[in-house]
Amino acid sequence: MKISAFWVVVVAIFVGGLVLTEVVDNEYYFTALYVILQATIMAIAWNILGGFTGYVNFGSAAFFAVGAYTSIALNKSLGLPLPLLIAAAAIVCGLIGLGVGYLTLRLKGVYFAIATLAMAIVFETLITNWAYVGGARGAYILTPETFLWFKSYIQMVFIVMLMLALTAVAISRMLNSSRIGRGLAAIRDDEVAAECAGVPTLRLKLISTTVMGALMGVAGAPYPFFVTFVDPVSAFNLFIAVNAIAMPMIGGTAHWLGPVIGALLVGTTQEIITVNVSSELNILLVGIMLVLFITLAPQGIVGLWLKYWRRRKK
Amino acid sequence: MASRLVASHVEAGYGSVRVLHDVSVNVNAGETVVLLGSNGNGKSTLIKCITGIVQPTSGEIYLERDGARIDLVGKSPQEVVDLGIALVPEGRRLFPKLTVEENLLLGAFRMGARSKIDSNLAFVFEAFPPLRERRNQLAGNMSGGEQQMVAVARALMSDPEILLVDEPSVGLAPILVSRMIAKIKELKDQRHLTVLMAEQNFNQAIKIADRGYIIVHGQIEFEGGSAADLRDNDMIKQYYLGL
Repeated sequence: MKISAFWVVVVAIFVGGLVLTEVVDNEYYFTALYVILQATIMAIAWNILGGFTGYVNFGSAAFFAVGAYTSIALNKSLGLPLPLLIAAAAIVCGLIGLGVGYLTLRLKGVYFAIATLAMAIVFETLITNWAYVGGARGAYILTPETFLWFKSYIQMVFIVMLMLALTAVAISRMLNSSRIGRGLAAIRDDEVAAECAGVPTLRLKLISTTVMGALMGVAGAPYPFFVTFVDPVSAFNLFIAVNAIAMPMIGGTAHWLGPVIGALLVGTTQEIITVNVSSELNILLVGIMLVLFITLAPQGIVGLWLKYWRRRKK
Repeated sequence: MASRLVASHVEAGYGSVRVLHDVSVNVNAGETVVLLGSNGNGKSTLIKCITGIVQPTSGEIYLERDGARIDLVGKSPQEVVDLGIALVPEGRRLFPKLTVEENLLLGAFRMGARSKIDSNLAFVFEAFPPLRERRNQLAGNMSGGEQQMVAVARALMSDPEILLVDEPSVGLAPILVSRMIAKIKELKDQRHLTVLMAEQNFNQAIKIADRGYIIVHGQIEFEGGSAADLRDNDMIKQYYLGL
């Protein structure tokens, strides 16, 4: 019953997206929605390791950027189409997630967070010095031709992103409610106890970093085709990482819906403020929201709702 | 499948602090063996060595199963659990923010237990009726006695052959201690378990013991071939009860 309700909503949202491309002509809306969907995927990805597993990391931007640069490199060298580039970015970033996870997961808490930050800097340095993808100067991408029935290029990229975001939601939900998700929650609660109870902690943590990396890469792969110019400074921007952390925190990290709600709420507010007030203010806004939620509702919106629900049931 | 658990000449410690000196303990299939000693004498460290949480610096720990020998030293806790050895940890170590049912299901992670989840869950709910009522409650919100039930039930969910119980009396009222100890005996008989229990509550522990060891300052000071041996021993009064 619940399963079918979920898939009905997923299909309804996708159809809604298609309808939108038919009815709305103003391209700004698709640009804004693309940005929000990209943030949603990243929030979901971050939450798999940071929320479900409890390993807070600051390296998200690195995976996002590596996804984007995988796209650039393979597009330049082999001329692969976007769907293949997305798949390639997922594989490359998933493998990097696996490798980095293997190297860093023995660290705990703050040390792990610092290691991931260092990793982001290593990747930024590597890309900055790789001339083939533009190095520090950045890379220009020629947008491919609009195909199928889409009226404009941006609408097409929006639909691609919508599909990816829905897939990410489905993966996160599946993981959250499965045996693996239960194991990850046990690691978050008490890793030593999890190990003693027979939970294969290392394997689960590696699954977690791999899926996190792959989804981050997927979020980054279409990015060059969206902005058409990518340079290391913008792709590795710390603000991307901060957003990916703030959104799940605000939405609630323990439940798969948390990062989705957080990303939609924060992403939409940011867009509105950027357009109507100023783009500088939206960074301030994220900061304020984050502080408010951490002090007043550390379990996020989903946590608040669950608390209210439990109380009402009693 | 009958297994005998053997620890032989085990030395272990934390950093430069030596805790266990030449400790040899064995548990035959179907026995309840107690490891007695007051705080800080190495009971938990020995249990941790068996489960792979602490690696001994020397000595051997192995299972004799159907004539074959399976070394436990060097194995991770998860691999030890895979072999059918379950631990009820000291202080319970539940997952406080997960529900009782989630805690129980986490005990059934190992391959050998997955197919028996339904029957094992029914069994532990039968054995500990309060857990059935509270299955959707967060484990952290339960009383100490109930939490100890969850800890034992979680261990049983892994469908073990050997049950290691580390200080089941910690933090419990005397009446609950005596019930919990009796429950362990009952579960042992129902599930044909082999039990190694570390405990400092001497009088309670020997009620269910077939045999026992007394560990003082990391050394086995006395090996009692029966519960009576342990009860009527001068050394116990001297070392252990402080009389």
